[in-house]
Amino acid sequence: MLTLINYGGNMIKAIKGLIVAAIISAFSLAAYAADSKKPTRIPVHNWSSQIVMAHVIGGIIQDMGGNVEYVPADSNAVYESIRIGDVDISHEVWQSAFGKSFDIARDKGGLLDWGDHEARTLEDMGYPNWVADKGLCPGLPNWEAMKSEKCWKNFVTPDSGGKGRWLEGPQSWHQDLMPQRLEALGLADNWMVKFAGGADALWAELAAAKKEGRGTIIFNWTPNFTDGAGFTFIQFPPYFDGCRPVDGGDGKCGSPDGYLKKAVNENWTKSHPGAAAMFKKLSFNTSQIGAMAAYVDIDKMTHEDAAKTWLKKNKKVWKKWTK
Amino acid sequence: MEIIKKYPNSFQWLFLLIVFFGLCFGIDVPEGYKYIRSIAEYSKDPNLSSYNLFGIEVRYYAYDTLWRLPPLLGWLPIWVNDSLFFLLNDWMPIEFWNADIKEFQTRPLILQITRVISATMLFLIEFIREILIGGIKTVVAFTSWDWIDANPWAELPGIPWTIVTAGAFILGYKLNGKGLAIFSAITMIYISVFGQWKPSMETLSFVLVAAPISFLLGLVLGIWAYRSKRVEGALNPILNVMQTMPHYSYLVPIMVIFGVGDHAGAIATIIFATPPMVRLTLLGLRKVSPDVVHAGKMSGCNDFQLLFKVLIPTARTDILIGVNQVIMQCLAMAVIASFIGAKGLGWNLLLALNQLRIGLALEAGICITLIAVLLDKMSLAWAHKQTDYFANLSFFERHRYGIFFVGAVVVGLIFASVGSFYFKEGFNYLYEVPHNKGISGEPFWNAGVDWIWDTFFQTLKIFNTWLIQDVLQPMRAAFLRMPVVATFVLVMGTGYIVGGIRSALVVGGFTLFIALSPWWDRALVTAYMATFGVIASGIIGIIVGSLAAQNKTSTKIVLGICDTLQTFPSFVYLIPVMMLFGVTDTSVLIAVIVYATIPATRYTIEGLRSVPPALHDAASMSGVTPMQRLLKIQFPLAFPHIMLGINQTVVFALFMVIIGAFIGTEDLGQYILKALSDVKGGGKGLILGLCVAFIGLAVDNLIRTWANKRKKLLGLEDY
Repeated sequence: MLTLINYGGNMIKAIKGLIVAAIISAFSLAAYAADSKKPTRIPVHNWSSQIVMAHVIGGIIQDMGGNVEYVPADSNAVYESIRIGDVDISHEVWQSAFGKSFDIARDKGGLLDWGDHEARTLEDMGYPNWVADKGLCPGLPNWEAMKSEKCWKNFVTPDSGGKGRWLEGPQSWHQDLMPQRLEALGLADNWMVKFAGGADALWAELAAAKKEGRGTIIFNWTPNFTDGAGFTFIQFPPYFDGCRPVDGGDGKCGSPDGYLKKAVNENWTKSHPGAAAMFKKLSFNTSQIGAMAAYVDIDKMTHEDAAKTWLKKNKKVWKKWTK
Repeated sequence: MEIIKKYPNSFQWLFLLIVFFGLCFGIDVPEGYKYIRSIAEYSKDPNLSSYNLFGIEVRYYAYDTLWRLPPLLGWLPIWVNDSLFFLLNDWMPIEFWNADIKEFQTRPLILQITRVISATMLFLIEFIREILIGGIKTVVAFTSWDWIDANPWAELPGIPWTIVTAGAFILGYKLNGKGLAIFSAITMIYISVFGQWKPSMETLSFVLVAAPISFLLGLVLGIWAYRSKRVEGALNPILNVMQTMPHYSYLVPIMVIFGVGDHAGAIATIIFATPPMVRLTLLGLRKVSPDVVHAGKMSGCNDFQLLFKVLIPTARTDILIGVNQVIMQCLAMAVIASFIGAKGLGWNLLLALNQLRIGLALEAGICITLIAVLLDKMSLAWAHKQTDYFANLSFFERHRYGIFFVGAVVVGLIFASVGSFYFKEGFNYLYEVPHNKGISGEPFWNAGVDWIWDTFFQTLKIFNTWLIQDVLQPMRAAFLRMPVVATFVLVMGTGYIVGGIRSALVVGGFTLFIALSPWWDRALVTAYMATFGVIASGIIGIIVGSLAAQNKTSTKIVLGICDTLQTFPSFVYLIPVMMLFGVTDTSVLIAVIVYATIPATRYTIEGLRSVPPALHDAASMSGVTPMQRLLKIQFPLAFPHIMLGINQTVVFALFMVIIGAFIGTEDLGQYILKALSDVKGGGKGLILGLCVAFIGLAVDNLIRTWANKRKKLLGLEDY
């Protein structure tokens, strides 16, 4: 403590620092050997695979002798929280949805890119398989099928103004990407985009459309729990860097084959070097993530139980990361 | 001329409407005008106008100023946001020793202070939480994570649910006798048996921190406002805004300033729950008759004694109703607070909805309502219980409840330890029923939703299509078709007729702020949905309220339903509604009507029932029919009170329209929701929230002025 006062010249600064340091150290500990025993704060968001994976990672850290704590957090705002140290790690950074928030926080400093998972992600417009089985839009998944009147007529809703409707996620997810894409592909005369308020609105639409047997095209992603019931993504012209209007392109492209990244707070890697090394090696593939989500969404386990089950069954997979 | 003199008001209204419609039809929609769906549309178009202020570039579509005003306040949200960011990230950096990584680091002063506040709040919440369900963080706060790791026995054990249930039963009995005791026990048993114990206690723990802080804050501010006119004058507009601003809009700033977690949820809850406490404290103190104050002064009280021995005890009832309001508000925030990291029932409810497990969400929702009703009944019973100063009781009589509770603790502990032998494998159900390991009625609820679907869907679909195409879309188009100048004429003209030049200016000022923000079109859409919601809720509420007020039993039942619906988290019924009516405005409006009908009904009942019985008798003697009595006597007398109900209906409707963003709307709410997941959204969220608050306050000003005038005419007491 006393060393602080030697901080020379700026006495006021040193005193302020001392006071703050005293307050801080009242809440923390002085010495540590390897990993700090302070809990690693893992954010939990609102979709199953992420929550189960949070508990899986928590389980691994606990197995290594550390403590963990789970913090409910918004999936976009969490990167700022990691950057300033309110949360320590994030294990599911989806390129298309959160890439931008992640980049902004990383560039401000304090947040580190901690490598990718093996799994790749896709986030795009698509339809449940029974839409194709019923022949509501012949020619899908090729996007050009949507030009035909035989197709878009089946996707009209009362408030869509006589056009077929795409139900996109909340506008905060990709701003105007989808309306711009409709425009660019020349579909805007017969299709319109409605922004849903959240993921649950999308799932409600999926369930309702199925019950009614009506056509629906919604925004969705994989890996997700909808994979199990059968969901196909529309094949748009392939993505390349710079094809989107925000990057200066013409917008005639689908979504990228995206990364699933891990992110950490810089200080956490220093206070928890062991856990940080494990987290760097940690990598899940699509089927592992799917299995985690299925325990919850299909077998109706709690997230904690799903994580325990997964850890028990896959010791070989995760034990090697801890060494 | 005679006619004009006889009905001056009607002619004023007629004139106003003629001017309004004249302007609407006289001003054409400018060429190229379209409803702006999103910000991105501002970025690419070369036809944009722009200006620079405070180094912030504002881009917008310039129209004739009679049609739409330019967004002269467009810089404000960004400026607020940048200031906030500067304050938290760059202003006065301070060096400190980070013990975790053994390095000196710098952190801005404000961030440092807010994190200390957060840590304190979090400690309090964890402390209460761990008393209830056990844990190690409280012990850690006094020792260290290393110490607890070496001494795992030091974990707080938590209280078995049997003991908490018995405690609630005894407390219920002490406060209000058998009825409340049984209700308390049923609530606790329900929570436990349905496996919601842990999340319920998590929610309870943060309510038990937020509520006392709100109470103290409200009490202190209320007393301060009572003692100083100036403070009251300053506080009043702030409270007005706090009570009409949708809670989403300040979630982002709180998250930025205090970080995510239970503490952030608690802080948001405090902001939401304090205003009614301040108002009720002030109201209670004002009502104390001067005679009581004189008596106090004559007995030689000093200021302090006068306040705590005379004024507050006399105003006790109102202040304790404030407590009750605080508790209700806290639980109403349970779900919303979980958006910024509060654990508990609210979070579980959102998770269940995200998996489309309506039954599960419903059960969590019922827990929130039960806890709310229980705390509400207990606090009210406490409010009405007067200390009996003259009783001469023996030791046992005075302490019997404490003794019973000790007995319950012993029995509970015996049960729990017997349980630990009996349930050798897995969970000790006599200690705590683990989360989601209890009974669940999920299949039943899901079957219910399916049944509603199968029975009503086809009919509802026809209704829905008709409503959207023939009512809602034309109405929305009509609102957007209003030139800005016509809106001002209508709003300020109404203000002038109702409350003179002062009201006109106040209302005009609120409108001007919105008109100069970049979101005028969106505010019009919010206004259209709120208007529809208020009209429908008002009609339903007044009809239901008048019917219910006819006798005592129906009054009680309907008021009970109102209480339940008010605390029941609306998110739960959003999903089934969305399945039936799709992602459309209809769904939003149904949710709005369910919620906004509550105050309309409640105030109608209260208004009608407060008509003095002597007047009823007088009427009966004059030989009126019951219908005549209702229409000619009760309604006119109750009308000012009913209008205050409509006032509340407006606020409730606006709140719900904003929550409607979770279904999918294109109004102010959509942007508030968007700001929620945008780290730079703090400023936007606040200004958008102000826009919503100002719509509410403008209507509030009109209705309140009118109701006060009317009450004076009727010779009723002013509230």
